[in-house]
Amino acid sequence: MDNIGLATGEIFLLCAICVILIGDLFVSENRRQMSYLLSQLTLVITLILTWVVAPETGSATAFGGSFVMDPMSKLCKSWILVVSIGVFLYSRDYINARRIMNGEYYTLALSGVLGMMIMVSSSTMLTLYLGLELLSLSLYALVALNRTDEKSSEAAMKYFVLGALASGALLYGISMIYGATGSLHFDVIAAKLGEDSSSTAAVFGLAFVVVGIAFKFGAAPFHMWVPDVYEGAPTSVTLYISSAPKIAAFAISMRFLVDGLETAHASWQGMLIILSVLSIVIGNVIALAQVSIKRMLAYSTISHVGFILMGILAGNDQGYSASMFYAITYALTSMGAFGILLAMGRAGVEINLLTDLRGLFRRNPVYAAVMMVLLVSMAGVPPTVGFYAKLAVLNAVVQADLVWLAVLAVVFSVVGAFYYLRVIKYMFFDEPAETQPVDSSLDVQVGLTINGAAMILFGVFPGLIMAACVAAFAG
Amino acid sequence: MIPLTHYLTLGAILFGLSIAGIFLNRKNVIIILMSIELMLLAVNMNFVAFSHFLGDTAGQVFVFFILTVAAAEAAIGLAILVVLFRNKGTINVADLDELQG
Repeated sequence: MDNIGLATGEIFLLCAICVILIGDLFVSENRRQMSYLLSQLTLVITLILTWVVAPETGSATAFGGSFVMDPMSKLCKSWILVVSIGVFLYSRDYINARRIMNGEYYTLALSGVLGMMIMVSSSTMLTLYLGLELLSLSLYALVALNRTDEKSSEAAMKYFVLGALASGALLYGISMIYGATGSLHFDVIAAKLGEDSSSTAAVFGLAFVVVGIAFKFGAAPFHMWVPDVYEGAPTSVTLYISSAPKIAAFAISMRFLVDGLETAHASWQGMLIILSVLSIVIGNVIALAQVSIKRMLAYSTISHVGFILMGILAGNDQGYSASMFYAITYALTSMGAFGILLAMGRAGVEINLLTDLRGLFRRNPVYAAVMMVLLVSMAGVPPTVGFYAKLAVLNAVVQADLVWLAVLAVVFSVVGAFYYLRVIKYMFFDEPAETQPVDSSLDVQVGLTINGAAMILFGVFPGLIMAACVAAFAG
Repeated sequence: MIPLTHYLTLGAILFGLSIAGIFLNRKNVIIILMSIELMLLAVNMNFVAFSHFLGDTAGQVFVFFILTVAAAEAAIGLAILVVLFRNKGTINVADLDELQG
């Protein structure tokens, strides 16, 4: 076998998932903490293994060229794993308090992580599809995890139907591209299309692929599932869906559109412009009308997805790295915001309405400050990281001579600032409905504080992440 | 011999039928699940036809993977359906209206 060692991280993760799945059956209900600790340990070891086996420079392939390890996959995988560690940390107390199936949450979430790592490292359409399905199937089950909740099962059903539809569209596109080029390997496809970039079948397939990716990303007009799933799923699952999968979705867009179909850039640029304009407009405008914080954050996610797509459609290395920076920092921001909601919820108390955040400052000033930094970062105000991320993306779009798109994005970001500021007003200037202080375990407090501080740190020194993002596309 | 376009047309018709089945159906979630299966089979038809006419086996290998994933997907879909039925007592599509806004 050639280079099988490159996949050591994934192989280890798969074995560990099996061990945790079986081990969880044998421990008694009150010692279920073991699954949590094992899962965190697994993620840390996988992270180390990924770093150890990644080639110093350039890229290397394994499994007959269907698995690739390059600077982009190394960076994306590292951040997916780091974000997942945070997700598990924030989710733990919520899951314990609600007694929703503990071990199952971790095993399903870990198989989702495995799916994401395979997606990021795919260099054929087959590996990409398998990774995507592994992630999607885990997510459908996770959304339905709270078995007795009507909303949860309804959200799972909607997510399942629309997700399966997206997979179908993606597959149909894949079959057309395969027919047009005769290969599943992205590099062969790129070479074939380089000779003849006007192939009708390939452009036809490309349209279906873009629809599939847009569905998975949650970009308008394929965003119908996002608010329902965010609201209906248990908050710990919403936290998971809203963070790491965005990095993976960015990675598959890059694999498909840039590694495979870069010569058809003129064709997909137009499609992505429509998606990103609609996402930014619909996301920001509809978020204004929401009364549920989870739905509001869902629409805010849609608008952020618009920004991530904007960097990709710019079609230059600067845009790709800006987009990657945006996806990574957005995953961190979203993780923190839902982390606060999880920390505020107690057994039996679910944070759902915007007004539930009233007077958070009186109940826990640190969390209120962290939440403020996160929301300000989502709105894109300096010196937080959200400002720099938006600036980098807009800069790339202007370089690509799409000034009108940049102007439109800025205008709707200003519209978006309103609903973020409204939450800040609720937290700091309104009387709390209940006066009981918000308290959580020490490690969660430390985690959330670091998360908030990181937003400012990366905002002041964006080079800490940006340097690696630029290096990933420099070669 | 049947030309490639006939197979592709059949695949496109099946794909269109399945999309219509998902969006026009207002009655029963099980019909949606059947439409999803039909959609994957339409894609399989495309893959096998291309694979045969290109003389390349990769497409047929892909079909085996799609069949496997389709089985897993049906299992999860039906499991969600059972949970949904237990909670709501109905699988009417029009009754899935609790989440909106």
